Amino acid sequence: MNALKNISIVFKRELKAQFNSMLAYVFIVIFVLLSMSLTFLLDDFFAPNAQDASLEFSFFRWPMWLLMFLAPAVGMRLWAEEQRTGTIELLLTMPISVWHAIVGKFLAALSVITIAILCTFPVVLTVAYLGDPDNGTIWGGYIACIFYGAGALAITCAVSALTRSSVACLIIALSICFGQLLIAIPPVLEYAADNWNGAVADVLGSLGTWSHYTEMKRGVISLANVVFYLSMIGFCLFLTSVVIKSKRA
Amino acid sequence: MISVKNLSKSFGPKLAVDSVSFEVKKGEVLGFLGPNGAGKSTTMRMVTGYLPPTSGEVEIDGINVVENPIQAKQKIGYLPESAPLYSDMTVSSFLSFAAEIRGKESTDVESAIETCFLEPVKNQSIDTLSKGYRHRTCLAQSILHDPEILILDEPTDGLDPNQKQEVRNLIKRMGEDKAIIFSTHILEEVEAACTRAIIIDQGSVVADGTPEQLKGKSKAAGLLSVSITGMAGSGILSEIRSLRDVTDVTELSSTDSSFKGKVHSSKKNNSLSEDVFNLCKDKGLLLQELKIEEGRLDDVFREITVADTKIDKESKAGKEEE
Repeated sequence: MNALKNISIVFKRELKAQFNSMLAYVFIVIFVLLSMSLTFLLDDFFAPNAQDASLEFSFFRWPMWLLMFLAPAVGMRLWAEEQRTGTIELLLTMPISVWHAIVGKFLAALSVITIAILCTFPVVLTVAYLGDPDNGTIWGGYIACIFYGAGALAITCAVSALTRSSVACLIIALSICFGQLLIAIPPVLEYAADNWNGAVADVLGSLGTWSHYTEMKRGVISLANVVFYLSMIGFCLFLTSVVIKSKRA
Repeated sequence: MISVKNLSKSFGPKLAVDSVSFEVKKGEVLGFLGPNGAGKSTTMRMVTGYLPPTSGEVEIDGINVVENPIQAKQKIGYLPESAPLYSDMTVSSFLSFAAEIRGKESTDVESAIETCFLEPVKNQSIDTLSKGYRHRTCLAQSILHDPEILILDEPTDGLDPNQKQEVRNLIKRMGEDKAIIFSTHILEEVEAACTRAIIIDQGSVVADGTPEQLKGKSKAAGLLSVSITGMAGSGILSEIRSLRDVTDVTELSSTDSSFKGKVHSSKKNNSLSEDVFNLCKDKGLLLQELKIEEGRLDDVFREITVADTKIDKESKAGKEEE
């Protein structure tokens, strides 16, 4: 009960901080504009033979690449700023546990990312007006985005605890997210299967985010995919607490 | 209320705090003195539960800070050294956040704003505040839940003389029913607000006592300052020298008809001042000044702490090997 109350207090403060700094608005607008323009300009969305009313191959191709930037941008200040300004000393001498702070902050940043993702709803209205989309796939696509965003944010959280510099956090977290995506793209997996062995390819495929994201955006919300993201988030947040504690030891 | 036993903290190979022990009872204001880098802030951070000690124990009202951090932290109000604040918030929203996390009401926020004179800036964003106001906002955060224990790391740093006086008075007033530790570089502050003082140097406690007891350790303590006229200075000097228990006389100024100086005695008691008084009476001299020196805290401070510019590295290395 107390834990929930503490988490919600930290959550509210952090969410206000995100929107007070105006950066959250900027990130949301950029995300929505880019995902729309990539969909409408680069894809064959308006091609006469296009039949992708479910958005699987047009709109939902892009969020993963954009979230790779958005999540570190939204999460970079979570702990780096606390350490740079010394407010971490204030926060951790208040009667809450480190976990309350970590979860509250994580959820606040995740809310910003979720808001950004949901702000793309006009594209759904458009396809609903123009054609007859498979709503299951659209829901799957949104769920895939939110899980992917949460995973990238958890990585950012852990990196943010390691450094006092938001910019360094942004660059490192972005590189990790990019690397994690790359290890599971089909060409890499094929190369691994041909040159090393199938087991390596399997490991890369299950650790990388590409396959989980593409499966989920098809509407396949399997237990394996959910467990993958939840364990990744849990591990990264645990790492965050270890870093925060060990920095003071 | 606060019990610290054999507290040590090392950062890598560096021993920042070395087996520090002390207690602070309710109604006590403990001044924490020491040169920069002596380990004051590190000790305070361990008491507040921010830093885990390498060894030793801290108990807050019988609660172990490491084992039950949340219960212990509920009893503590803490002002960190640089008064860190969330600069994206306004003063009142920041204080409301602190109050909410400590389960307090908006009336507590109002009274903290009043106590710390923050009324004029309460709706202002923290990043637009002057240093004095920032400091007081952080102080307000530390006292708004009316904690039994207050840990204040340099609470008057960056304040103007009037604000310093206010904060000192506040500490003194709150000290009547709380246990307070505050660190400072300003020695007069210790005399003005503390009931007890600890001097810490290179991680260890080197002196512990009331400000009066500490001043008594000064070499100047017990000296007699005299200023006498009515006779040639050299004559007065030799008369004083001939008094019982006088070991030395330091001459400050001497003219044809006056003498000013400090009298050192083998005994630190009042009989010497009587002897000087009687000497003047018998010889028909005019006694213009007669004062027993209390000693000065900054002399004691200088005598027992090593300036960081003068640390004898070799002797320290030798000590560590032992």
